[in-house]
Amino acid sequence: MLSPELGHYALALACIFAAAQGILPLIGAHRRDRRVMMLAPGLALGQLFALAISFLCLVYAAVTDDFSVQNVAANSAVTKPLLYKITGVWGNHEGSVLLWALILGICGAAVAAFGRNLPSALRARVIAVLGAVAAGFELFCLTTSDPFARVWPAPMDGQGMNPLLQDPGLAFHPPILYTGYVGFAVPFAFAIAALMEGRVDAAWGRWVRPWAVAAWCFLTCGIALGSWWSYYVLGWGGYWFWDPVENASLIPWLTGTALIHSAIVVEKREGLKIWTVLLAIATFSFSLSGTFLVRSGILNSVHAFANDPARGIFILGLLGVVIGGSLALFAYRAPALTAGGLFAPVSREGALVLNNILLCSICAVVVTGTMYPPFMSLLFDRTISVGKPFFDATTIPLALPLFVFMGFGPMLPWKRAQLWPVLQRLWLAAIVTAIAFLVAAFGVSGVLPVLSCGVAVWIIAASITDITERVRLFRMPLAGSLQRARMLPRSVFGTALAHAGVGVTVLGLAAMSQAQHKIVEVPVGTTEHLAGYDWTLTNVTQEPGPNYSALVATIEIHHNGRLVTVMHPSKRSFNSQNQTTTEVSIHTNLLADLYGVLGDKHGTDAAPTYVLRLHYNPLAPWMWLGALIMAIGGALSLSDRRMRVGAPRRAKLSSETVTAA
Amino acid sequence: MTRKSRRLWLIIACIACLGAAAALMLRAFSSDIVFFVTPSQVETKPPPADRTVRLGGMVVAGSVKREKHGETPVARFDVTDGQAAVTVRYEGILPDLFREGQSVVAVGSMQKDGFVASEVLAKHDETYMPKEVAEALKKSGKWDPRFGPPPSAASWNSMTVQDAKKDLSGKNSAASNPAQTPASAPAPAAN
Repeated sequence: MLSPELGHYALALACIFAAAQGILPLIGAHRRDRRVMMLAPGLALGQLFALAISFLCLVYAAVTDDFSVQNVAANSAVTKPLLYKITGVWGNHEGSVLLWALILGICGAAVAAFGRNLPSALRARVIAVLGAVAAGFELFCLTTSDPFARVWPAPMDGQGMNPLLQDPGLAFHPPILYTGYVGFAVPFAFAIAALMEGRVDAAWGRWVRPWAVAAWCFLTCGIALGSWWSYYVLGWGGYWFWDPVENASLIPWLTGTALIHSAIVVEKREGLKIWTVLLAIATFSFSLSGTFLVRSGILNSVHAFANDPARGIFILGLLGVVIGGSLALFAYRAPALTAGGLFAPVSREGALVLNNILLCSICAVVVTGTMYPPFMSLLFDRTISVGKPFFDATTIPLALPLFVFMGFGPMLPWKRAQLWPVLQRLWLAAIVTAIAFLVAAFGVSGVLPVLSCGVAVWIIAASITDITERVRLFRMPLAGSLQRARMLPRSVFGTALAHAGVGVTVLGLAAMSQAQHKIVEVPVGTTEHLAGYDWTLTNVTQEPGPNYSALVATIEIHHNGRLVTVMHPSKRSFNSQNQTTTEVSIHTNLLADLYGVLGDKHGTDAAPTYVLRLHYNPLAPWMWLGALIMAIGGALSLSDRRMRVGAPRRAKLSSETVTAA
Repeated sequence: MTRKSRRLWLIIACIACLGAAAALMLRAFSSDIVFFVTPSQVETKPPPADRTVRLGGMVVAGSVKREKHGETPVARFDVTDGQAAVTVRYEGILPDLFREGQSVVAVGSMQKDGFVASEVLAKHDETYMPKEVAEALKKSGKWDPRFGPPPSAASWNSMTVQDAKKDLSGKNSAASNPAQTPASAPAPAAN
C-alpha cells in the first residue's frame, strides 16, 4: 500500500500543490479577487497531506526493511532497533530534506488554520511565500536527492546507521532543531508579504511575534539538545565545540532572539519596522544557509561540492533566489515603510535597540569566525582553524554588557525613562550580585568566569525583582499581591522566566570553566581521587547487546566514605560497521556531574589495565536547564491571551496602554 | 528628542558595538588562530613551541605505541604526509575512530622532544578524511581525488623512499585495511 512509488508520487504532487500555492494566491491578492485568494488555505492543507503521505511511505519502507530503496539500504539494517529505524529516516541527507519540507508544509498549514483573523490579502500572500519556498525545496528533493530511489538488485541487508547516531537524544534532535529553523520561515513570509503590501504596522508586529517566539523556543530546545548530545555521547567532556555545524544553529538563534525583541517595539510603538523586516529576512536566510550549506558540507569541503555538482549548484541557486530575491525586494520596498515613533535613548525601546545591536554584533563575530577559515583556504590557500579561544575572546566581552543591560531593560518604561529610579528599585538585586561577585572571586579562577558568575546572578535577581516589583510583594497585603500577579499579562512572566533562564545557562557555562578531569590507566581495584570523590574501578565485564558487544566497567564512587553512586561506562563494538562507540556514564545531583569514560584495554589478558577518564563538571546540567527555562518562558508568553486571541483588525492600537507599567 | 538626534544616538551605539566587535576579532585573529601544518612543514620549519597548531596526516601503520607513566596513559604515534613523519605524544584516550593507516588531526605544539598533542581528532565517519589532511596529501602529490578515495597510510610508506620508514613496510602490508586496498590502486598510477 504505502509503496515507495506512492511516496515519490505524493512528493511530486506536493511540489505541484506548493507551486500553485506560491502563485495563485499572489495573483488573487493582486487583483483583490477573494475567490482566488481563498484557494490558499486549501492548497496549503493539500500540500501538507501529500507530504505527510510521502513521509509515511519513507518511514514504512524503513520499518519494513525494504532494502530495494537505496536510502534505506544505505542507512538501515535488519538488526537495527525499531525506534532507530524510524528516526534513522531523517538521519541522512535525503530523509532530512524531506523532513524539512514536511515541517515547512506544517507551517503553511498552520498559517492557513490559525490565521483566520488575518486580513485575507495578507494571509494569502504569507501562504503564497511559504508555498514558493516549499516548491523550491521539494523540487530540490525530487531532482537531486530523491529519498525513494530504488536500487537493483536489492541487497539482503542494509549497511546500517552510524552507531554514534543510535541514540535517543540524537533521534529527536533533528526534528526539533528543524522545526526551529523552518519556523522562522513564517516571520520571513510575513516580512515578504508586508514588503509586497508596503505596509507594516503594530498589528503586523502582533501577528508575527507568536510565530517568531514559537520558532525561537524550538530552536533553543534544539540547540540545547544538540549540545547535551555531544556532551554525553562524544565523551570528551565538552558541550560546545564551535564547529561550523553548531555555529550554523547559533547564528539564526542570535538574529531570531533579536527579532523577537525588535518585534515588541513594532507591536507596542510602531518603531523599528524596517529593521524588524530585515531581521526576519536575515534569520530565515541564516537558517537556510545553515541547514543547506553547512550541513551538506559544501562550505567545509570543496569535495562535497565536487562530488555532487548538481546538488551543490541547485542549492546555491535556490539560496540565491530566496535570499537575493528577498533582499532585493527589501531594498526596493523598504523606503516605502514609514518611520515609527520617537523615543529617548534611555527607554524600553532604547534598551531593546541596544539588545539588538549587541546580539547582531555577536552574530557578526560568529559569522566571521565561521566563514573566515573557508574563505582563507579558498582565496589564499591557507588552512587555518578558528576554535574556542577565538570565540571566547570575542563573544564573551560582547555578551557581558548584554547581560548587564538585560537586568534592568524590562523595567524601563516606554518612550522616555530615567535610569536612576529603575536602578534604585534594583538595590536588592545589586547587593545579591555583589555578594555573588565576592563568592566567585574566592571560589572561581579566571577573570571572565568571575564576571560571568556575577552577571548571571544579576540577571536572575533582576528578573525576580521585576516580578516582585510589579506585584508589590511585601509592600501591600499578600492577597493584594496575588491579585496583582493574576492580573499581570503572562508575557511579563514569560520575559522574566526566559531572562532568568539565560542567567541559569550563563552560571552553568561559567562553572563549567572550572571543571576538573583526570586520565589514568589502572588495573581493576584501583581507587582514584578527584574533586573530593573516591572513584574505584571494581570490575570490568564483557556483555552482549542487540547489535553490538560491550565492555562494561563498574566504578564505585564514594564521598567521605559514603557510597554516592555506581556507574557503568562502557565501550561498544558494532559488528556491522567495525566501529566502536564510547558510552559515557553520568551521575548528576543537579549541582555537579560526575562523568566517567572507559577507554582502551591495555596490558596482557592476565593483567589487563584500563584507561579511564574521570570528570567533575560543576553546574553542568544548568546549561541545558537554563535553555529549557528560556523555552518555557517563550511558551508562557505564547500562551498570553493577547497573543492567542490575535489582534483586532488593523485599527489604531494607540489606545493599547503599556503593559502593567 | 528629535528624529535626528535619535538617529545620532543609534549610529553612535552601532559604531561603538561593531567597532568593539571588530577590535576584538582583530586581536583574536592575531593570537587565537590555529594554523594547520603538515609533517613535512614541521620538518623544514618547526613552529615555535608556544604556538598551537593542528598537525594533520595519516597515522603510520605499526607506529602506535602505548606506554604508562605512573598511572597516566601515553600514546605515541607517527603522523605522515608521505614525505616526512612526525612523532606525536598524547596523554589521554584516543578517539574511537583513531586507527592506524587512517587520517588524524593532532592539536598541540612542537616541543623539543617532538609534537605534544592536547587533543587528537579522528572524524566520526571512517570514510571521511579531514579536508586539511586531504589537501596536504594532494599537495604532496600522493593523492588525486579524481582517482578514488585516498590510499591507506600503509601503501604510502611503501611509495616513499625514506629509509627510516622502510623497516615498517613489512608490518604495514599486514595492517593495511583490505577495504581500501583496491581503491588505493589508482593513486600510485596518478603520480
